[in-house]
Amino acid sequence: MKILTGNDLKSGAVTWWTGYDWSIHVEDAVDAGDEADAIAAREEGARRVNAPYAIDAERDANGGVRPAHIKDRIRALGPTVRPDLTLKPADPEAGNWVI
Amino acid sequence: MYRYDHYDQAMVDSRVEEFRDQTRRRLEGKLSEDQFKPLRLQNGLYLQLHAYMLRVAIPYGTLSGAQMHALADIAGKYDRGYGHFTTRQNIQYNWIKLEEAPDLLADLARVEMHAIQTSGNCIRNISSDQYAGAIADEIIDPRPYAELLRQWSSFHPEFLALPRKFKIAVIASQTDRAAMKLHDIGIRMVRNDAGEIGAAFYVGGGMGRTPMIAPCIREFVPVDQLITYSEACLRVYNRYGRRDNKYKARIKILVHELGREEYTRQVEEEFAHLLTQGIEPPLAELKRIATFFADPPFETGLADDVDRSDPGFALWLDRNTLPHKQPGYAIAVISLKPVGGIPGDASVEQMHLMADLATRYSFDECRVTHAQNIVLPHVRKADLFAIWQQLEAAGLGAANLDTVEDIIACPGLDYCSLANARSIPVAQKISRRFADTGKTAELGELKLKISGCINACGHHHAGHIGILGVDRKGTENYQLLLGGSEGDDTSLGKITGPGFDEDGIVDAVERATDVYLARRQEGERFLDTYRRVGIDAFKEAIYG
Repeated sequence: MKILTGNDLKSGAVTWWTGYDWSIHVEDAVDAGDEADAIAAREEGARRVNAPYAIDAERDANGGVRPAHIKDRIRALGPTVRPDLTLKPADPEAGNWVI
Repeated sequence: MYRYDHYDQAMVDSRVEEFRDQTRRRLEGKLSEDQFKPLRLQNGLYLQLHAYMLRVAIPYGTLSGAQMHALADIAGKYDRGYGHFTTRQNIQYNWIKLEEAPDLLADLARVEMHAIQTSGNCIRNISSDQYAGAIADEIIDPRPYAELLRQWSSFHPEFLALPRKFKIAVIASQTDRAAMKLHDIGIRMVRNDAGEIGAAFYVGGGMGRTPMIAPCIREFVPVDQLITYSEACLRVYNRYGRRDNKYKARIKILVHELGREEYTRQVEEEFAHLLTQGIEPPLAELKRIATFFADPPFETGLADDVDRSDPGFALWLDRNTLPHKQPGYAIAVISLKPVGGIPGDASVEQMHLMADLATRYSFDECRVTHAQNIVLPHVRKADLFAIWQQLEAAGLGAANLDTVEDIIACPGLDYCSLANARSIPVAQKISRRFADTGKTAELGELKLKISGCINACGHHHAGHIGILGVDRKGTENYQLLLGGSEGDDTSLGKITGPGFDEDGIVDAVERATDVYLARRQEGERFLDTYRRVGIDAFKEAIYG
């Protein structure tokens, strides 16, 4: 699947395209498919996201969205060396899939 | 320390208001990201992996207690409670909000600091010897010259759009503690046979994907021609440096392609022309600047004896303090490398403590080192025990300066959008490995440096042991280099062979140190043994 990610213009926080808005939780990301580039251009133009780009991802057996590349997996949860600063999604196994 | 005059303060204040307006227009949609990006970068604001990152300039690494307190306050108010001291003597904040950045810059300006020219193709922060003005082996304090260069290079209209970024280091001793020959321009203040002060210029060094050691292009530039000669070096580069290829745009490539002799000839030609233009600031200005760097009022008649009865303190004393030029005083280095910690990171509380210690015990001054530690430059030996006790209580008492635990590491893939692999976890595992095995002290001086990509912010080329993180088909992989040095005997490390995974590189480092322990001769450091026995003995042990 192709998902869209970028940074929030004001806060700089990593965000993911949910189909109608941007979320800081990668679990909320949806497959943007062939529309990815068009959505990115439209959303950036509306200043709802900064520097968006499409990446490859897959959905695991539990429905979790997993970016294909390690860089985006680290973006999804935060620095691996500061677990106190990472997001705490519902997935109790969060973090296990990053590295 | 240098203090801003009216013009310095007005320039920085006006820049803050200019950026406030630019930010407002960006948030209102009147500027696109393409338009805004160069403006925020000119003010040190990057967009990194997780958020905006602000790099704050710390000129030649020198801070007052009030400035360190302000950096701590900023970490608490605008960031997530910590800051990261960098290999260019700066500090970076990792979690900055764009909408708050102008207020942050205004807070910085109140303590005579800014983030201008910490990004972009311009002359960056001038770095220097962290022991300047305190160490006995310098011929003169290099900081007034670094400050003169800072003032010359700040907002210099001709050099704000160079082919690529440009880094200058200034030292004034035979011992190089600033990796001077690995800068675009390295300047060593020297004294000639007539006893006059001048500058030796080394041009075209650097790390990154094409590491080079700067050759000396002039052994003595009179001190009243320092800026003119610097301008000539920059002009030739600005005119002929390659702008067609980002990876060949640094001055080291120009000097290499032209050859040292031809580059020098062109610089000398430009220099002769510039001498007719009268661009050199008057010596009176240099003398004015130098008054800010006069020795603090040292006490005389102090004893040099220190009570070493506490073994932990004695270890710290031996490892983390250096002789001072003034009897009864010492230079104390605060390690930001606790075992298993993040190299260069300091919390709000730790920064406030270091500020308090600087104010109370070190004439209100501290320094950031390129090895990501903090120096208290002028400490009475009688106060060392009290300082160490406070550092210990705050988790800052690691006695490991210049050991295998004192690792330089870039932020790597945990923070940096350019990185290919994580640096920090490797540093953490290595420091834990050697602390656990108890080999750190036995290994003595061993400089280990880790970069998460070829840009080499972690100085891996210059490590006795260097580690370079690469991306191998989407997986982190680490190459091992041996034999680098950034000191007087500057050399570039050589890659040993195939790379390793995260745990494998830790094992490989330990095997390399085992070779050293087995084959060292009396008085040899790791680097000395490596140079004597050669890389093959190490490769055999590492790859079996």
